[in-house]
Amino acid sequence: MKTIGYLIQKEFKQIFRNKGMLPIIFILPIIQLLILSNAATYEVKDINFGYIDSDHTTSSRALIERFSSSSYFNLLPPFPSFAEANSAMLEGNVNVILEIPNNFERELINNKKTGLGLTVDAIDGAAAGVESAYVNQIVQGFNQSISLRAANRNNVNGLSGLITIIPSYWYNITLDYKTFMVPGILVLLVTMITLFLSGMNIVREKEVGTLEQINVTPIKKSQFIIGKLFPFWLIGLGLLTIGLVLAKIIFDIPILGSLGILYFYTAIYLLVILGIGLFISNFTETQQQAMFIAWFFIVIFILMSGLFTPIESMPKWAQVITTFNPIRYFVEVVRMVMLKGAGFTDILPQLWKTLAYAILVNGLAVFSYKKVN
Amino acid sequence: MKRFIGFVRKEFYHIYRDKRSLFILFGMPIAQILLFGFAITNEINKVEIAILDHAKDATTIEIINKMASSKYFSINRYLDAESQVEGVFKQGKIKAVINFEKDFGEKLIKNGQSTIQVIADATDPNTANSITNYIQSIIQQYNQSININQAGGTQVFMQTHMAFNPEIKSVFMFVPGVMTIILMLVSAMMTSISITREKELGTMEILLVSPLKPFQVVLGKVVPYILLSIINAIIIVLLSIFIFKMPVQGSLLLLGAESVLFIITSLSLGILISTIAETQQTAMMISLMGLMLPVILLSGFIFPISSMPLPLQLISNTIPAKWFIIIIKGIMLKGVGIAFIWKETVILFDMTLFFMGISIYKYKIRLE
Repeated sequence: MKTIGYLIQKEFKQIFRNKGMLPIIFILPIIQLLILSNAATYEVKDINFGYIDSDHTTSSRALIERFSSSSYFNLLPPFPSFAEANSAMLEGNVNVILEIPNNFERELINNKKTGLGLTVDAIDGAAAGVESAYVNQIVQGFNQSISLRAANRNNVNGLSGLITIIPSYWYNITLDYKTFMVPGILVLLVTMITLFLSGMNIVREKEVGTLEQINVTPIKKSQFIIGKLFPFWLIGLGLLTIGLVLAKIIFDIPILGSLGILYFYTAIYLLVILGIGLFISNFTETQQQAMFIAWFFIVIFILMSGLFTPIESMPKWAQVITTFNPIRYFVEVVRMVMLKGAGFTDILPQLWKTLAYAILVNGLAVFSYKKVN
Repeated sequence: MKRFIGFVRKEFYHIYRDKRSLFILFGMPIAQILLFGFAITNEINKVEIAILDHAKDATTIEIINKMASSKYFSINRYLDAESQVEGVFKQGKIKAVINFEKDFGEKLIKNGQSTIQVIADATDPNTANSITNYIQSIIQQYNQSININQAGGTQVFMQTHMAFNPEIKSVFMFVPGVMTIILMLVSAMMTSISITREKELGTMEILLVSPLKPFQVVLGKVVPYILLSIINAIIIVLLSIFIFKMPVQGSLLLLGAESVLFIITSLSLGILISTIAETQQTAMMISLMGLMLPVILLSGFIFPISSMPLPLQLISNTIPAKWFIIIIKGIMLKGVGIAFIWKETVILFDMTLFFMGISIYKYKIRLE
């Protein structure tokens, strides 16, 4: 026990003596949490709306009027021709182009169908879908007003058959992205710091040659590993605490569930990450190799965690891969506990998987760690 | 010159002898682009929803069938009471509950009005918003189909053309981003590590007392990585063309030239990091912790920059990846020439000069 105590003391001294690393461990993540949480939004607004009105009639102006009064669209001055609108789209200054043909009003009055042309910059497919849905909603509203007039003319008694939709958004009434993103980004930062630090640590001693010196001392394998990992485990929990405090104070993120559950889960989760870090350092010779591998896994873990893009939309085989992703479970648990107030029984499935993961990874890591080359 | 070539050759030996790093260097980008190209999409697709149908009449069944047959939704279960909603959401699988009021069809005919409540789990606002939007459009079509029969008014219909990406494939959005992230991180990380490594192991001293000029040392370090990154870029472009069927509407030559420019920008960022960092560990933490999330989040790779708050839009201008993503999308998908992307090119060029300038200024040729 005493040996472990000294080892831990040594690790802490090494961490706190390296003045270059301290701000990277503690300040960089916090700044990123504060700044980047604002960036992660899919909300589509201020759509640059270009149009070509070849009709110049009351009807076409009434239609355009509907767009200019909508808060989603940023109406640009009319383009004289499609070619010019298109070139503005190529430059990236226009998101959607609406073409009103020159016999628009005449065909409307003659009771025929009439068409509008809509061109959407669809490179971002999801945004394009939302943009065209907004345009459609406005055109439908326009249609409805015509139908209403037609109904009056034809003496049909009003319109029947109108279904209205009342959306109600649970857990996040205002659809605030920060509520969604801050817990997730906090999870990422805690994971990245602990994985990188633990992954590089032992390899560094290997590379510098001090590992041999430790190996010839009577320090046992288990003592050495605990001494190496415990400081990073504490740093991880410390970062989580700072992050939660800031999330509460600055972003006013609700914490509905119990903090005890959150910390209990994090304590186990960090073992998984530290185990992966240890495993990586066992199988690499240089810090460079260790970093590349850690980087490879972290990018996959981040992008397949369901944090930025929904897991349900991934193909089946990719969803299977995500079940091996520890970040996925942490993101789920943090969101469930903080935003939905989930209790212990609600997070049990994630907890069991994480626990099994922790035992497996650490078992492998300890097993593969050799004092003798 | 001969000395310089000798030095470059030494660097190649270093890289070539470290088989594990070499494998990682080429294997990882390929694995990542394949994985992400197929797996990442920000569209919703077969979201699981539950139905709470108090009416159970012909109209609600017709509407439910329309939802079930759409590619966006998959109906997971039918609920009996409002009290079940909370439990269902806590489990987390079902993202929305569609609630039809009592006597739905009857009210629609008698009063001409009836309501559907869409209860969405808005912990993920994006999914929640998309769900209501898609349900809205299903209902609107349904509304329209009844109204046309009754009033007979004229209808304006829309002909929508999805420019540059007619099938709305998410791959078109994500492959340029993944390519950028890989090139940026690999280049910046590799150079910063290989330079600080010499510092840490003490061999930098030896190089400094050699007749090689400091800029030759740095240049010699960078040249092999430029070549490696170019090979990486070529592999990625080939994969995106042949596997993801990304078009290259514009000139392949221009794409190549811009990629080389971006690689040099990233490498010079790596050099800059190595002048600040003393140990490999610090260099890696700066290039990984410092670059990864900002590049993913502020480059327009996943999240549209135009939706961000203004201060962040300004910050995003300092991220080289943002400009490169605009350039690749322009060349590959829009087929534009240099006339449309010269501004972005000049910005990348200036950033490179800036990074190099600071590095030269900060580069220490003497020991502390």
